[in-house]
Amino acid sequence: MTHESGINRETVPKVGRNFRIQWEPAQDAYVLLYPEGMVKLNQSAGEILKRCDGAANVGDIVADLESTFNAQGLEGDVIRFIELAVQQKWVE
Amino acid sequence: MTDPAEASVAQNAAAKIGPPLWLLAELTYRCPLHCVYCFNPVDFAKHEDELTTEQWFRVLREARELGSVQCGFSGGEPMLRDDLELIVGEAHRLGYYTNLLTSGIGLNEKRIDALKEAGLDHIQLSFQDSTREMNDFLSSTRTFDLKRRVADLIKSRGYPMVMNCTIHRHNIDHIEAILQLASDIDAEYVELANTQYYGWAQVNRDQLLPSREQLERAERITNEWRATHGNKMKLFFVVPDYYEKRPKKCMNGWGNIFLTIAPDGKALPCHTARMLPGLEFPSVQASSIREIWYESEGFNRYRGTGWMKEPCASCPEKEIDLGGCRCQAYMVANDPAAADPVCDKSPLHGRITDVVALAQQPGNPAQSKPLIYRGPKESLKLDRPF
Repeated sequence: MTHESGINRETVPKVGRNFRIQWEPAQDAYVLLYPEGMVKLNQSAGEILKRCDGAANVGDIVADLESTFNAQGLEGDVIRFIELAVQQKWVE
Repeated sequence: MTDPAEASVAQNAAAKIGPPLWLLAELTYRCPLHCVYCFNPVDFAKHEDELTTEQWFRVLREARELGSVQCGFSGGEPMLRDDLELIVGEAHRLGYYTNLLTSGIGLNEKRIDALKEAGLDHIQLSFQDSTREMNDFLSSTRTFDLKRRVADLIKSRGYPMVMNCTIHRHNIDHIEAILQLASDIDAEYVELANTQYYGWAQVNRDQLLPSREQLERAERITNEWRATHGNKMKLFFVVPDYYEKRPKKCMNGWGNIFLTIAPDGKALPCHTARMLPGLEFPSVQASSIREIWYESEGFNRYRGTGWMKEPCASCPEKEIDLGGCRCQAYMVANDPAAADPVCDKSPLHGRITDVVALAQQPGNPAQSKPLIYRGPKESLKLDRPF
């Protein structure tokens, strides 16, 4: 599947260089940290972003999520989220 | 083992009051600059004690345990602390995202390398203006060229950079050049922060407040730049409260997410709150961060909406802005529990519009009063909280 943004199964997403993702027990959530700011991620956003390590491609990430959460057909959702994350520069 | 009843009480308190996500460590009130709009207390020279390195380590550890995750190091000029690298290193080890807010003075190659090594994540560099003349005039120093060199140094070490420029009557018409400067130094974020009238800015308010026409022009130009350069740098334009009809939700709510620790260890809901009368703010020298955040009178007094008087108490918008800023209420209405007079529902809103009206009259005598520069001598001479 190829989207207009050019993001497809072969794309290797990586958390943006000015962002850091980490688990925060006090918020019971993954957060994305950047200069003077923070985004609290919902569960699916957190699970996708923490896999954007610059090594796994979108296909790997989808397979990993589908196996971890015993789910199918996540590819569309994952690609849509990564498109949004690229716009926000969370992912490059 | 913790008593289950006690643990449950603590959990309930913590459930109602969120963690202090943002920790601002004001490491010192000392500063080589003399900015006329500095937000430090006017009587800063009376509070010259500073926490030790070990005390800062304890503050960082205890706040992190409660859930603090964004940590700002500011001042004064935080570079004046010789142990800055140690403190940043400890914050990094504890898992904070670390921000250094600096004028750039004292940030040389050796120290920036040591800060990188310590794990510093980001640097915010302040400029006073786009021109050497105005920068140096407003800060009463010769620092413009040095700041340009520091900007290059920050980029050469791969840091994301926020360029901050405080805006007011004397530099607002240079907004294009300020934006060009931000673009030239490759800032990722640009904060065009109109002066808010606290601390030294309140002392110099009549001289600093821009006219409506100046403000509208600056905002329009910023919007044009956002349209053409928004992909490269993110622009923030902060309008002065005095031109608003509704107050800001100050600090996103009193004791809601922000915790400031002043240089002497005083714990505050924001960096200007120590001016408020009738409130004893706790010190980290005597209390734990947990006691300070959840139990102290200073942090509980203006939490939520229960403390409000009219017109706030029955206002349908009270949850939106939480009554605005307590310090502004104290400074303008002489009552920290009053509605922020920026709100046009405040019976004292006229005190704001009078000042704004004055700013529309070019050359009126109030605007041409000499500016008072921030410094220890002036601080002791003025001897007042704002």
